[in-house]
Amino acid sequence: MDKRDRRNAAFIIDDPDNKRFLLNREVLVSEDILRREQAAIFAKCWIYVGHASELKAPNDFVTRRVARRPVIFCRDGQGEIRCLLNTCRHRGAIVCTARAGNARRFNCVYHGWSYGNDGKLLGVPGDEAYAASFQKSEYGLTAPPRFESYRDFWFLNFDAEAQPLKDYLGRATDYIDLVIEQSPSGRMQIIAGTQEYDVAANWKLMVENSVDDYHLPSTHSTWLNYMKNSGVNVTPTKEAGMLLPSKGLAIDLGNGNFTTDNVNFRGRPVAKWIPIYGEDAKPEIDAIRKELVQRLGPARAARVADTNRNLVIFPNLVINDGSSVTVRTFYPDGAGKMHVTAWALGPQEESETARARRLDAFLTFYGPGGFATPDDVEALELVQQGLANWQDVPWSEMSRGMGKDSDFLNSDEHHLRIFWRHWNRLMEGG
Amino acid sequence: MDTGSAAAHPSRAEIEDFLFHEAALLDDWQLEAWLKLLTEDAVYYVPPNDKPDSDHRDTLFTIADDITRLKERVIRIMDPNCHAEQPHSRTRRMISNVRITGIEGDLIRVAANFVCYRYRRFERMREYVGSYRYVLKRMGNDLRIKERRVLLDAQELGSLGSVSFIL
Repeated sequence: MDKRDRRNAAFIIDDPDNKRFLLNREVLVSEDILRREQAAIFAKCWIYVGHASELKAPNDFVTRRVARRPVIFCRDGQGEIRCLLNTCRHRGAIVCTARAGNARRFNCVYHGWSYGNDGKLLGVPGDEAYAASFQKSEYGLTAPPRFESYRDFWFLNFDAEAQPLKDYLGRATDYIDLVIEQSPSGRMQIIAGTQEYDVAANWKLMVENSVDDYHLPSTHSTWLNYMKNSGVNVTPTKEAGMLLPSKGLAIDLGNGNFTTDNVNFRGRPVAKWIPIYGEDAKPEIDAIRKELVQRLGPARAARVADTNRNLVIFPNLVINDGSSVTVRTFYPDGAGKMHVTAWALGPQEESETARARRLDAFLTFYGPGGFATPDDVEALELVQQGLANWQDVPWSEMSRGMGKDSDFLNSDEHHLRIFWRHWNRLMEGG
Repeated sequence: MDTGSAAAHPSRAEIEDFLFHEAALLDDWQLEAWLKLLTEDAVYYVPPNDKPDSDHRDTLFTIADDITRLKERVIRIMDPNCHAEQPHSRTRRMISNVRITGIEGDLIRVAANFVCYRYRRFERMREYVGSYRYVLKRMGNDLRIKERRVLLDAQELGSLGSVSFIL
């Protein structure tokens, strides 16, 4: 790649005077920029690892890749939740190969080093061959420098000096709380069954797509049609600029975090009935709503039950509290490809019927067999294919709704600009 | 014809003919005709790759359709605005190792291996490998699909992309 060509090219052109925001398309195609993102973003920001509910009992573990690194997310024998980098301190092999399970020890198959699930190196075959300077206590599995949680959502940070997770999340905690308040006990759980899909597109396009309600009528007309066929009113409201059946806002939460905040029109398992749920679901939905009102009061209950939100925790965690609740994370595998993982989240004490309804509602929209996600995947892949023209068509236009006096709509691009401004700040070194 | 005895003793050849016919309809995108092979309470499941033996009521599936949603799925994927299937995937499925695994009254349980090759536009070929599990219902001289479960062998679905066609 010729560095001279782009030496002076900015990543973004942010021009409030002319109400113009342009994105340099190179940031979506360049392997060099991806390498810089690894250092400036994935090694500096809080990255989602997993949810405490995935580790129910002592010694439970799951393995996954987080920020491209294989990690073990586990509960040790004392019940403490840990994150360990899944690599033997001896010669590097992965020490836990199972996807999930229950184990007190992780054993390396290569030379037999074995570790406790607290990370301590316990066994080295033939350790009498080492000099006295070799101390097993120095060779435990490495933990990321920082590992913190907010209400059962666990994040790691590779920057020892990073601000505490709670401060990083900032105002986003209000929206995480709003999701968790679906549960009478305040405990949500990741439901069994993982959805995974690769998208041949840059990872940042998934951030945009997860919150961009502008694309809903054009990308998801077949889903809207399905909603309509099932008896949901999908006619756009008459208000100027509105493309959707109900009003929704885009809200800046600080630190590159942001959310949509929408009046619900699509039904909610907690707790707004739509015909897809079936007539026999009505009494239970009514009861769920009644419990919300008793626990939270009518105003907050309405906030939980009658609004939905797509929340982005910078850089790569999305909580979509829409047709159902999905926890979605993704990481790049090259500039033009990403891996997406998605789980369903629900109240721990949910009844069997409510749980079944939640999962059914999830599949109406989300996932590789859903009525909407496959079209998102298609749209993002078409973007990536078109971006091959980046040298001749170097800028993407992202000024929708810029300079408005009133609230920014979810179909404006205000929240996308929040993302890109923050991304740009980090990539420029602070 | 004594349908009771036919139900009690369906031949593998009869089941194979039925599955091959279904495969041809799906590969040819004759989805309206395919819907006619289903009972009015038919269900279609694709369990998640990490929990193939689970129940859609307590586990997040890739697909868990009742007959209403199946009909809506066909409306959706035949719609020119279903971008993920516009143009349609070209699929070719090979079905083998067909086994009758149980008979209960007019219901016949069937297992079969499959490979479904999928091409779309100029993308690389995607290869779905797994097992079909059917509950077929004897209706007169005909067979109908009451339950259709697709178990994928891949450890994860990621590299196979969306299941936006009928698998």
